Amino acid sequence: MRKIDKKVFKKVVTYLLLISITVFFILPFLWILSTSLKSDANIFIFPPKWIPDKLDFANYAEVFQRIPFLVYLKNSVFVTSMTIIGIVLSSSFVAYAFACLKWPGRDKVFIFVLITMMLPVQVTMIPLFVLFKNIGWLNTFKPLIVPYFFGGGAFNIFLMRQFFRSIPSDLFDAARIDGMSEFGIYWNIVLPLSKPALATVAVLTFMMIWNDFIGPLIYLSDKMKGTLALGLAMLVGQTQTEWGMLMAASLMMMLPAILIFFFFQKYFIRGFMMSGIKD
Amino acid sequence: MKRKQALLGFVFVAPWVIGFLIFGLYPIIKSIYFSLCQYDVLRIPQFIGIKNYTDLLFEDKYFWKSVWNTLFYTAVRTPMCILGSLLLAVLVNKAVKGMKIFRTTFFMPSIITGVVLSSLWLWILNPQYGLINSMLAFFGLHGPLWLQSTTWSKPAIILMSLWSIGGGRMLVFLAAIQGIPKTLYEVAELDGGGWWTKFRYITVPMISPVIFLWSVIEVIFSFQVFTEAYIMTQGGPLNSTLFYNLYLYMKAFDDFSMGYASALAWLLLVLTLVVTLIQFKISKKYVHYQN
Repeated sequence: MRKIDKKVFKKVVTYLLLISITVFFILPFLWILSTSLKSDANIFIFPPKWIPDKLDFANYAEVFQRIPFLVYLKNSVFVTSMTIIGIVLSSSFVAYAFACLKWPGRDKVFIFVLITMMLPVQVTMIPLFVLFKNIGWLNTFKPLIVPYFFGGGAFNIFLMRQFFRSIPSDLFDAARIDGMSEFGIYWNIVLPLSKPALATVAVLTFMMIWNDFIGPLIYLSDKMKGTLALGLAMLVGQTQTEWGMLMAASLMMMLPAILIFFFFQKYFIRGFMMSGIKD
Repeated sequence: MKRKQALLGFVFVAPWVIGFLIFGLYPIIKSIYFSLCQYDVLRIPQFIGIKNYTDLLFEDKYFWKSVWNTLFYTAVRTPMCILGSLLLAVLVNKAVKGMKIFRTTFFMPSIITGVVLSSLWLWILNPQYGLINSMLAFFGLHGPLWLQSTTWSKPAIILMSLWSIGGGRMLVFLAAIQGIPKTLYEVAELDGGGWWTKFRYITVPMISPVIFLWSVIEVIFSFQVFTEAYIMTQGGPLNSTLFYNLYLYMKAFDDFSMGYASALAWLLLVLTLVVTLIQFKISKKYVHYQN
C-alpha cells in the first residue's frame, strides 16, 4: 500500500514540475500574442488583461505603414531560398568526395575541413567586407549568398558525409559496373537516397539565414534592400514604446519559422541534436 | 579506374578548396596584415607594427570592460545552461503520459533567435508593464529595472538566453541519457539508491564526454554574443552590456577603425583558445571515457 502511495506521489511531483516549466517556456508566447492584439491604451494597465475585450488587429496593419514589410519579406525569402539551394547542392557535392570516392590525402583534407569550423567569423569579417566593397557588391545580396555555393560550410559537409557513408557501397559498385558516371551516381542515386539529410541541412540553414542579422547589417545599408531582421531592428530602434506594433511585427517575422517547425519537426529535432547551431 | 576516381575526387572537393582560398585563407592573411595597420577603408592601410595590440592591452579601458562583461556572461551562463538543460533532460526522460508534448513545448523557444528574440524580451523585461515585473508585482514584489540597471542588465540577457536555448540543449542531453544501459540504474535501485544517487553516480559520469563537449561549445557561443546587446541595449547602461563582439563591431563599422578591430578579432581567437585549453585541463578530472 505504501509503495503505491509513493508511486502516485512521484507522478504528481513529476507533473507539477513539468507544468511549471511549461509555464516558464510558454507564458512569454501568450503574453506577446495578447499584447499584439491590444490597443496602446489597453497595454498599459495593471494588472494586465490576458484576453483583450476586443481583438484589435490595428497593430498588424500599422507595421505595413512603418516599414516596407512586403519588400523585406521578399528579400528575406530570396536570400534564404538561394542560400538553401547553395548549401544543399554544394555541401552534398563536396561530401560525395569525402564519402564515396577514394583519393590520396582524403582523410587528412577532411580533418582540415573540420578544423576550419573553429575559426571565429570575426577574423574574416573585416577583410571580406573590404573585398566585397572593392568589387562593388555592397547593397547587393551577393555577399550573403555566393560564399555558400562553395562548399556550404564545414558542418554541413560533415553532416552529409556521415549520412552518405551509411549508404551500402554495393549500390555504387553496381552503378559503376553499369557504366554510370560519378556525377550520375551523385545525382541519380545518392541525392534521392539522402532526402532526410538534405531536409535536415535545409531546415537548419533556413533558421540560420532567416534570423541572420550581422550579415545584412554589414552589407545592406540601402533601405529597400533590407531583410526582415533589419526591418524589425529598425522598428525597435525607432519605436521603443509602441509595444503592440512591435510584438505584431515580431510575430509576423517568426511565423514562417513556427510553421516550418511544425511541419518538419523530425528534421528539426535531429538537426538540433547534431548541431546546436543557433546563433 | 583508381586514377580516374582520384581525379574525380579532386573535382568534387574543388568547390570547397576554391571557397576556402577566397573566403577563408585570403581574409585570414589580410586580417593579420590589417591588425598591424591603421586602416579606415578610404585610405590605404598604414603599417604601424604592433601598436594596435599594445593600445588595446595597455590603453583601452573599454577593451577590458568588454572582456570583463563577456567573461561574466560566459561564466554565469555556461554552468546554468548545462546544469539546467541536463536536469530538464532527466525530467523529460521519465515515462509518463503526454511526455512528447512537454518535450516539444520546452523546445519551442529554441526556434526564436536574434532580433525577434531581443524584441520580444525588451517587452517582457519592461520594468513597469513587462511580463516578469507584472508577475512579481502580483505577488507583491518589486522587480528590478532589468536592462536599465547596471546590476541587472547582464543577468537579464542571461535569463533570456536560457529561455531560448534550454530546450534545444535538453534534446542533446536526452539523446545521451537514452544511450545509458538501463541495467546500471536497476543495480542502483537494488542498492536502494534514490534519484540524486542515480543522477550523481550514473547519469553524470556516463554522459560526461557529452557534457564536456557542450561546455566547450557553449563557451564559444557565449563569446559570440552580439545581436541581443546591439538591439536591446547598444552596450548600455554605462557599458554594462558592452560585450566583446559589440565593441569589435562598433570599432569596425561605426568608427571604421578596421585595423584596430582586426587586432580585436585576433585577441578574441587567443582568448577563446586559452579558455578552451583550460577547459581541457579541468576535464581530465571529471570526464570519464569508456573504452
